[in-house]
Amino acid sequence: MINRSDILSTIDMIDNQHLDIRTVTMGISLADCADPDIHRCAEKIYDKITKKAENLVKTGCEIEREFGIPIVNKRISVTPVSLVAAACESEDYTPLAKALDRAAKTCGVNFIGGFSALVQKGFTESDRRLIASIPAALAETDFLCASVNVASTRAGIHMDAVRLMGDIIKQTAELTKDSGGMGCAKLVVFANAVEDNPFMAGAFHGVGEPECVINVGVSGPGVVCHALQSCKGKPFDVVAETVKKTAFKITRMGQLVAQEASKRLNVPFGIVDLSLAPTPAVGDSVARILEEMGLEVCGTHGTTAALALLNDAVKKGGVMASNHVGGLSGAFIPVSEDEGMIAAAKSGALHLDKLEAMTCVCSVGLDMIAIPGDTPASTIAAIIADEAAIGVTNNKTTAVRVIPAPGKQLGDEIEFGGLLGSAPVMPVHPFSSEAFIARGGRIPAPLNSLKN
Amino acid sequence: MKAIVSVVGKDRKGIIAEVCSLLAENGVNILDISQTVMQDFFTMIMLIDTEGCELPFAELGDRLTAKGEDMALKIRIQREDIFNAMHRV
Repeated sequence: MINRSDILSTIDMIDNQHLDIRTVTMGISLADCADPDIHRCAEKIYDKITKKAENLVKTGCEIEREFGIPIVNKRISVTPVSLVAAACESEDYTPLAKALDRAAKTCGVNFIGGFSALVQKGFTESDRRLIASIPAALAETDFLCASVNVASTRAGIHMDAVRLMGDIIKQTAELTKDSGGMGCAKLVVFANAVEDNPFMAGAFHGVGEPECVINVGVSGPGVVCHALQSCKGKPFDVVAETVKKTAFKITRMGQLVAQEASKRLNVPFGIVDLSLAPTPAVGDSVARILEEMGLEVCGTHGTTAALALLNDAVKKGGVMASNHVGGLSGAFIPVSEDEGMIAAAKSGALHLDKLEAMTCVCSVGLDMIAIPGDTPASTIAAIIADEAAIGVTNNKTTAVRVIPAPGKQLGDEIEFGGLLGSAPVMPVHPFSSEAFIARGGRIPAPLNSLKN
Repeated sequence: MKAIVSVVGKDRKGIIAEVCSLLAENGVNILDISQTVMQDFFTMIMLIDTEGCELPFAELGDRLTAKGEDMALKIRIQREDIFNAMHRV
């Protein structure tokens, strides 16, 4: 029999350290749902998703029960809708958004991602129509997530798209002002978006993906933090080694669940995403791991180095535990979804500029950050441009998910509830980027894109 | 299928007898037991085989949980695979 202390340590991780599978996400291709009639297209989309994902939630719950490991979210990602809808003779894509939302509700999942467009080099007509539909689509649905890729290392930064997304984020906030700008929490602007990301709000089913696939996102900031408590004062070599060992165990569990889900649903296994995804619950925070390394508050000097170590060690530990690693894979730093980040932002230790630096060394970007409601669209676009530049130059995924909370000022707080948490409104620079953003065009791809 | 039953809580008389009876009544074979009491705190780990069990796995889990609630203990059943995956290379 397995060592009893190993068994008890697993049980302790689940009971007291928030160990869980964060998401089992089914990717579904909608390529065969194209139709000139948008209502017919919507019908095909609904039928396909509800058929493919019919047993997703049920199977997830069965696995949860048999293995005794919580699977917090069951989700669906689909082909970027701008591709599917290109054949539609319709300006407004909201009917498709509603069909996706309805399909999510029928399947019992809590989010569906893929109301997306990939415009890093330019817009197709369909991309333009999809992006223009985003504010209404997010305002009129509950579970739909949207994303737009505006830059890539190969293509450079599409600054017309960056400018447009500044406006779209403002409009989305305005249309969802009754819920604190909630629509913006479901809208991500990417650079180097990945095609197999299981996490929301940025999940979509890329064009190189199979007909249907199962991707799994693991979690476990609480487990890493707990493991580090046993190496107080020890050198970083020990810290890195401890994180690696912990990440290995967590990922092995993710791999097991992914294979089991794939077998039972008769859908190929895609990847395990090795991400440390926090929640607003106490004891499930990435910021607290950084503090456990010796920082008084997350955001102070040393934070970027601590995060770089964490991100790297998670990948090194996890990669040996899964036969296919993908998605975003690294540490997430969403402010509103992380109890320690919220505390750090409230105390004034964590600023947007520090968060930007942190995004250079972790797997995502500026995530779930509330900014004043009167922030100009050009400032939001400039924030996106900065993040895109970091992603493009460093060959990594970056993203911006900011919420210009309508009517809110510095010192206010917005409450999203559930996994999305609550966010203190953080200051942005008051100086204008208007003329910079007005230029438009494309920032050319960097030299390091020329790899052949 | 092999599974691990873990029983954790305050020590009292007859814990092992009651849990084992429940398992035997349902055709479960016990392969290994390890049990300790530390400062009144009872911990038991059992390796079982559910091959001969007539109940679906989830139903057996529910009965064990209910038995645990009756006895003010936490009883759970998990497939052995999860522990193998996490702790064995």
